[in-house]
Amino acid sequence: MTILTYPFKNLPTASKWALRFSIRPLSCSSQLRAAPGTVISVQTKTKKTLAKPNIRNVVVVDGVRTPFLLSGTSYKDLMPHDLARAALTGLLHRTSVPKEVVDYIIFGTVIQEVKTSNVAREAALGAGFSDKTPAHTVTMACISANQAMTTGVGLIASGQCDVIVAGGVELMSDVPIRHSRKMRKLMLDLNKAKSMGQRLSLISKFRFNFLAPELPAVSEFSTSETMGHSADRLAAAFAVSRLEQDEYALRSHSLAKKAQDEGLLSDVVPFKVPGKDTVTKDNGIRPSSLEQMAKLKPAFIKPYGTVTAANSSFLTDGASAMLIMAEEKALAMGYKPKAYLRDFMYVSQDPKDQLLLGPTYATPKVLEKAGLTMNDIDAFEFHEAFSGQILANFKAMDSDWFAENYMGRKTKVGLPPLEKFNNWGGSLSLGHPFGATGCRLVMAAANRLRKEGGQYGLVAACAAGGQGHAMIVEAYPK
Amino acid sequence: MVACRAIGILSRFSAFRILRSRGYICRNFTGSSALLTRTHINYGVKGDVAVVRINSPNSKVNTLSKELHSEFSEVMNEIWASDQIRSAVLISSKPGCFIAGADINMLAACKTLQEVTQLSQEAQRIVEKLEKSTKPIVAAINGSCLGGGLEVAISCQYRIATKDRKTVLGTPEVLLGALPGAGGTQRLPKMVGVPAALDMMLTGRSIRADRAKKMGLVDQLVEPLGPGLKPPEERTIEYLEEVAITFAKGLADKKISPKRDKGLVETYAMTIPFVRQQVYKKVEEKVRKQTKGLYPAPLKIIDVVKTGIEQGSDAGYLCESQKFGELVMTKESKALMGLYHGQVLCKKNKFGAPQKDVKHLAILGAGLMGAGIAQVSVDKGLKTILKDATLTALDRGQQQVFKGLNDKVKKKALTSFERDSIFSNLTGQLDYQGFEKADMVIEAVFEDLSLKHRVLKEVEAVIPDHCIFASNTSALPISEIAAVSKRPEKVIGMHYFSPVDKMQLLEIITTEKTSKDTSASAVAVGLKQGKVIIVVKDGPGFYTTRCLAPMMSEVIRILQEGVDPKKLDSLTTSFGFPVGAATLVDEVGVDVAKHVAEDLGKVFGERFGGGNPELLTQMVSKGFLGRKSGKGFYIYQEGVKRKDLNSDMDSILASLKLPPKSEVSSDEDIQFRLVTRFVNEAVMCLQEGILATPAEGDIGAVFGLGFPPCLGGPFRFVDLYGAQKIVDRLKKYEAAYGKQFTPCQLLADHANSPNKKFYQ
Repeated sequence: MTILTYPFKNLPTASKWALRFSIRPLSCSSQLRAAPGTVISVQTKTKKTLAKPNIRNVVVVDGVRTPFLLSGTSYKDLMPHDLARAALTGLLHRTSVPKEVVDYIIFGTVIQEVKTSNVAREAALGAGFSDKTPAHTVTMACISANQAMTTGVGLIASGQCDVIVAGGVELMSDVPIRHSRKMRKLMLDLNKAKSMGQRLSLISKFRFNFLAPELPAVSEFSTSETMGHSADRLAAAFAVSRLEQDEYALRSHSLAKKAQDEGLLSDVVPFKVPGKDTVTKDNGIRPSSLEQMAKLKPAFIKPYGTVTAANSSFLTDGASAMLIMAEEKALAMGYKPKAYLRDFMYVSQDPKDQLLLGPTYATPKVLEKAGLTMNDIDAFEFHEAFSGQILANFKAMDSDWFAENYMGRKTKVGLPPLEKFNNWGGSLSLGHPFGATGCRLVMAAANRLRKEGGQYGLVAACAAGGQGHAMIVEAYPK
Repeated sequence: MVACRAIGILSRFSAFRILRSRGYICRNFTGSSALLTRTHINYGVKGDVAVVRINSPNSKVNTLSKELHSEFSEVMNEIWASDQIRSAVLISSKPGCFIAGADINMLAACKTLQEVTQLSQEAQRIVEKLEKSTKPIVAAINGSCLGGGLEVAISCQYRIATKDRKTVLGTPEVLLGALPGAGGTQRLPKMVGVPAALDMMLTGRSIRADRAKKMGLVDQLVEPLGPGLKPPEERTIEYLEEVAITFAKGLADKKISPKRDKGLVETYAMTIPFVRQQVYKKVEEKVRKQTKGLYPAPLKIIDVVKTGIEQGSDAGYLCESQKFGELVMTKESKALMGLYHGQVLCKKNKFGAPQKDVKHLAILGAGLMGAGIAQVSVDKGLKTILKDATLTALDRGQQQVFKGLNDKVKKKALTSFERDSIFSNLTGQLDYQGFEKADMVIEAVFEDLSLKHRVLKEVEAVIPDHCIFASNTSALPISEIAAVSKRPEKVIGMHYFSPVDKMQLLEIITTEKTSKDTSASAVAVGLKQGKVIIVVKDGPGFYTTRCLAPMMSEVIRILQEGVDPKKLDSLTTSFGFPVGAATLVDEVGVDVAKHVAEDLGKVFGERFGGGNPELLTQMVSKGFLGRKSGKGFYIYQEGVKRKDLNSDMDSILASLKLPPKSEVSSDEDIQFRLVTRFVNEAVMCLQEGILATPAEGDIGAVFGLGFPPCLGGPFRFVDLYGAQKIVDRLKKYEAAYGKQFTPCQLLADHANSPNKKFYQ
């Protein structure tokens, strides 16, 4: 089979491969020289498409996101549903979908604002969706939006719905800080107290330490370890050096900057913040120099750790939304979908020592499930929680020992080629609003496949609780 | 059920548990190849940092032996002489052990005081050289760093420890009746302050890494790593080494200062001589009160610390080595070291590995014992069913398990999350659902043969073929329980001691029909539960209850002779028992004591006589059952610590009064009447083959019954005190009271040939 006979990929594919050969360093080409006859077959996909008989095809019509901002900047006075609303109205504007055809709305979020615990519903109502469209909110740490999307996929595939809006939101500028349990108990008891005497006796139990506030947990509940601390240990376990981490972070920022400058981040929709200027782009992209980065002190394991502010993702505000439909519905409505959402996989492992290794576990499983190999993937979009986490995952995927002893595999997973990996930046540089990142990853994969001309994209992410997710995105034939 | 509270030194023996760590991984040395001939120590040079790796061959732990000493000196001399080396890291290649302490056998081999003192002085010289090293040395500690190991570590310029559960620091010498003999008594007070240092040395407690950091005992912590490109333990050691190397370089470059801030107490209060005197005085008082003068080591430790601080280091070091020598030669130290060896022995499964690991355990009866057994099982990962007949009893049992775990949360030994996940291993139920999966059933129902027969039959109807039936009984012969079993080879006795989570002993009883695999399985479960195990043959009262019964009979006689329970308690505790004899009866339960006395009295007849069992019968009829009913010899009230005598006992005692025999009623005689009856019965158990070894007899007596640890157990006591003297005592009492004191044949044999010893 030659490139030209391949149905959906003609010119763009060829040009992309040409580009790839040109940027590959010489040292990598030895395998190509050793087996020159196989060059073309390498590009041939194991499967033409991942469509399955008797299962509805689910497509992404389009997806948008608000610009992702460092928390405490322009979005700091908003509430989470405001941001979510902005993403929803942006989606309506981008796709012109009639509101009444939307069957269901699902949003992911992590730190919940107690006033809007079902933030999906509040945002949908505010964005002018029909009050007849039900909405629910899901939470699964950093893969909450992924869970929103795959819940939608399930609803469509099972024939329950045809049109779903899935998204996610996180507003780290404001988090619910509570009274202490003792204070809350006192206040609740006071509410119930009937007489003045009861009230006074309750008040007499008050102590000043009751006023100490309770912050939302930054650490893993099961292990009491913060994620940064775990990432530092993970990097150490895989012997990832500080320099490697800084270099990777610099790559992420440089690529994000380039993508932003070239206008590739087309999922971003401008947001007119009430009382402030219109925000048009992400503000966390800051390519620096290795020298500058080397000066930073470790943020978690002091004084000798390797994870710093510069090689970690930052606290971010942002929201994303995506229109998902059954293929036939989208076509009937005259849409040209961007991509199929194909096989997906959730995994979980030890929340202590393997907290952030989700991508390593999920990647081979989802590939096997789909019947693909690493070589079939044209665009990798992995969530970058920390440089150290990404690099540790790389080392784990490249290790036979790890595969044998911890994954029950005979051979290693294999390394995703860096030239196909997070080419438009990642969470380290674009930002990581916990609940919203999943949709960004899928849209980045879909948009890259369109732009760069590949067929299959692989999205993978780790999440608190030692969980992970991976999904195959297939480009919609042009 | 025979119960006694584990206090003081008894429970602290758990410090030794960490000495048994797992296998070690051999590592490759990239360092200088010329030095590979050394067997204990090696070093490589990374940049300008020498990495000294300790790895005693053919052992799971590193101990400070003579060979290690000499190799270590050689290596250090090379490092000091080398121009290219500017600093050093001292690390162990064994996961789970830095240095576990001095080689006990090396000490035991010393014949004279001078030899021991000399050993101490040699060790002092080595660590002094470390302390004075101009090239900074970083001790990288992963695993146990105890005794001599800690003394080496604190003489280094910097200490980095892994924050692992296995990493513990401590000076357990006092538990062996000795003191830190390699400068520890002098350096530790300077490092952590006098009060904290005394606390460490006098209790021998093990300190976890995070606590050690707070105390100033270590300078940096390193988190243990999970799996990466190598096994976690291996990579953690490597990482520790990497971190230690950066600190060693930093110290050599003077970028890091090894100085530490001392607390206010150390900086100001302890510089005032008067305050120091008060501290010594207070500690001495407390020690005297707790040891009752039976243990010489604690007082000498205080003495040596005092000498060092008040008269200077030279005097301190000299005093330390001399006192070390004196202590190691004492009987107490020999007894304690014997117990240590015995304990190591009783932590092994002499039956080998069982065919099938017990993973599902079922316990019948959610009383104090049943729930206690459940508690020590669930936290070791055993899926445990706790069954009782009534919801009230079950609730109480489940709450006991939860409370036990929650207390650990309060002490920060567990997180609340770990508690919950451990607690989920427990299923409380009223029926036999799930018993078809059980690998072992332990019954802890009321001590009544017909009841035990009933549950055995009920259980055998629902359990799978391979399932073992273990009976937790303190006196009912296992063969009688097994008589109604369809598969007597699967029936065994597992006698736990109350409170189960505190008492370390487990007495396993095998009948003639019990199969070897059943025994192996029971021992494996016991070891998993963290128990020290003795395996004895079936017979009335087995070993522990049988030894205790004649002593208890004597207790009653002594009370009948008009000795006040308080006086009796003080006589027994001053002999070294952790709990007074009268209090013990209250703790065990008067009804239980009566039960046992009657049962064993029937079997053994006159030999178990002495006191009139009527005393116990009357107490039971009046409801004086001991602590559990609030009244026994004493009155017990919730939240009240002080114990008052139960004045209602006066009339009972008066009605049963016996005239004391003046020739055998001195304080000392009373003590010896109790102890000799105990010892005589223990030796008889060995003679009859109930016991397999004297070591098990000693461990059982000390860990199960509170026999004075300073005497090392009944057999060690006979060896150290002299069989002849004990037989003489027995004969004297025999003359007064008759058969109950007749020395058994084996004891008489030992008395007749002075060369005969239980421990050669």
